[in-house]
Amino acid sequence: MSTPILDVRNLCKYFKTKRGLLQAVDHVSFTVEHGHTLGIVGESGCGKSTVGRTILRLIEPTSGQVLFEGEDIAKLSRSQLRKRRKDFQIIFQDPFASLDPRKTVSQIISEPLLTNHIVKNRAECEKRVLELMDRMGLAQRWFNTYPHQLDGGRRQRIGIARALAVNPKLVVCDEPVSALDVSIQAQILNLLKDLQEQMGLTCIFITHDLSVVHHFSDEIAVMYLGHIVEKAPSEELFANPLHPYTRALLSAIPIPDLSAKKERIILRGEVTSPIDLPNECRFKKRCYECVEACSASEPELSEVLPGHFVACYRCGGMADAGVRDSQARMA
Amino acid sequence: MSDVKKNILEIKDLVVHYDTEGGVVRAANGINIKIGQKESLGLVGETGAGKTTTALSILRIIPDPPGKIISGSIMVDGVDLMSFTEEEMEGIRGKEVSMIFQDPMTALNPVFTVGEQIAESIQIHEQVSAHEAMERAKEMLEIVGIHRERASDYPHQLSGGMKQRVVIAIALACHTKLLIADEPTTALDVTIQAQVLELIKEYRETYQTSMLMITHDLGIVAEICDCVAVMYAGNIVEYGTLDDVFNHTLHPYTEGLFSSLPNINQRTARLTPIPGAMPDPTELPEGCAFAPRCAYATEECRKLEQSDQTVSETHMVRCSRYREPEFKIKRGNMP
Repeated sequence: MSTPILDVRNLCKYFKTKRGLLQAVDHVSFTVEHGHTLGIVGESGCGKSTVGRTILRLIEPTSGQVLFEGEDIAKLSRSQLRKRRKDFQIIFQDPFASLDPRKTVSQIISEPLLTNHIVKNRAECEKRVLELMDRMGLAQRWFNTYPHQLDGGRRQRIGIARALAVNPKLVVCDEPVSALDVSIQAQILNLLKDLQEQMGLTCIFITHDLSVVHHFSDEIAVMYLGHIVEKAPSEELFANPLHPYTRALLSAIPIPDLSAKKERIILRGEVTSPIDLPNECRFKKRCYECVEACSASEPELSEVLPGHFVACYRCGGMADAGVRDSQARMA
Repeated sequence: MSDVKKNILEIKDLVVHYDTEGGVVRAANGINIKIGQKESLGLVGETGAGKTTTALSILRIIPDPPGKIISGSIMVDGVDLMSFTEEEMEGIRGKEVSMIFQDPMTALNPVFTVGEQIAESIQIHEQVSAHEAMERAKEMLEIVGIHRERASDYPHQLSGGMKQRVVIAIALACHTKLLIADEPTTALDVTIQAQVLELIKEYRETYQTSMLMITHDLGIVAEICDCVAVMYAGNIVEYGTLDDVFNHTLHPYTEGLFSSLPNINQRTARLTPIPGAMPDPTELPEGCAFAPRCAYATEECRKLEQSDQTVSETHMVRCSRYREPEFKIKRGNMP
């Protein structure tokens, strides 16, 4: 058994707001093995991006541990963190807003190389930038252009080049293809997959698009209101979703296949406010099969099948019947 | 549909250009669309394909300048809108044809309550008192699943999903014959998207409204449309019933769209994207606009302007290679 490259334990991020305590991320724990991809899915406001950013300490965590290769990132001093940063990078969602409009492509890609003293002189820097551009499928003629002259797909390639320039070990991809058209999206997904294989990258893939996450991830965590409600290997989660929220989420994906059977679960209402949450199941208000226990306290994430974790009273040991029910329904 | 088929919308040879500093953007280059009563057509394509331009042309709300409808006819329920004056058009918008806009955050006016905004469209088109209009507005809110008390709320007090429901309520308030929905769920989460699609579906069943649905999501098309038109660089490249386009795909671009999508049932290692990007609409290439990205393109494709090829009564493809007896694309031709 190898130790996981990333071990997140009881990570919390609370924001104090005028209306009360906003629990953006609440006791989230997971591990990611070296070279693997963990997908985090959920709807807007579920805390998935906050998890990604808190791990990298772009946002300071309220409490919890982020063990990266055994070292707690959450406890590093600023100067220590600065040195460590090159090991974990992020690819942002919006290729239109995440690139400095006043810098050329080469300046954007060379910045991390220079800041981290990876290259010794300008000639070496230029060589490295061209090499990276080549790998990203960016033609050399874009070397001195500005981001606004390029389309979304090319811009996202620059964002990826910038993140990978420092040879990171862990990359957080925060909705990297959401702003792109499908034909371009497929190009970028293939590129990311190739790079991951070539460089042995570990990825955390944050998205709201379930078909993309299924394609890309080894393991998937489903988040709802700051909690992980279900976590399982990709195949298992799609074949055998247990949490009522996951099941509704999967059934809501429109499938571009006329022969696909559709049994849609339409959820009531919308995501409730994450401010001052009562001690009960967070999904209760929208759940279509909640029981009395759901109002009494919050269900904890527990392993119901090997590698398959669910936070739901109906799916845990106390309600095996519920699991069988849902399995029967899936079959 | 055994009764006499009447076309609610018929667009013929629509050409729209935008005259910009960077050159003439040829956004629509001869669009032909027909939507029968109760029918819904999905208009699919990527950013810049000309989908929204086509929709805006129907209501004649293309920003002018720089946009101009160069030629073509747009018939709604047998009446040619191109001959209408601006005042006459006002009687069409919201009454005969209405539109659901993509972004509910910007489509609503922040300084009026949502009730007032729904009531406004009713009052413009029907002889009713302000009180009656507000009553109807509250009913519309209930139809779209919002409590009637929320009529006095301002848009910022509602969530994204609820705002989109309000936008839909405005579009549906006068029970139009044709509903144009421009990416109505793109800004929404999947579970909310499912709710909104269900709502549109139910409404159309009740009121038998025809619909033009603009989307980039083939999954949504499969779910709520009867026919599909696939657009690329200002042209419809394939047009047909769902079965025609999904199960008997003929155009290489349509094939490319399908194979770019991650398949949810089959977790294959690699996707097959379409190489390159859509051409700049100010400098469309000679010949077929898709040829530079097309795996099947020949020398001829790069030179010859394409024309619409009729496959069957319902199915059209804009690809000259279709006529070659030996020619087959990888997908499609399924039994």
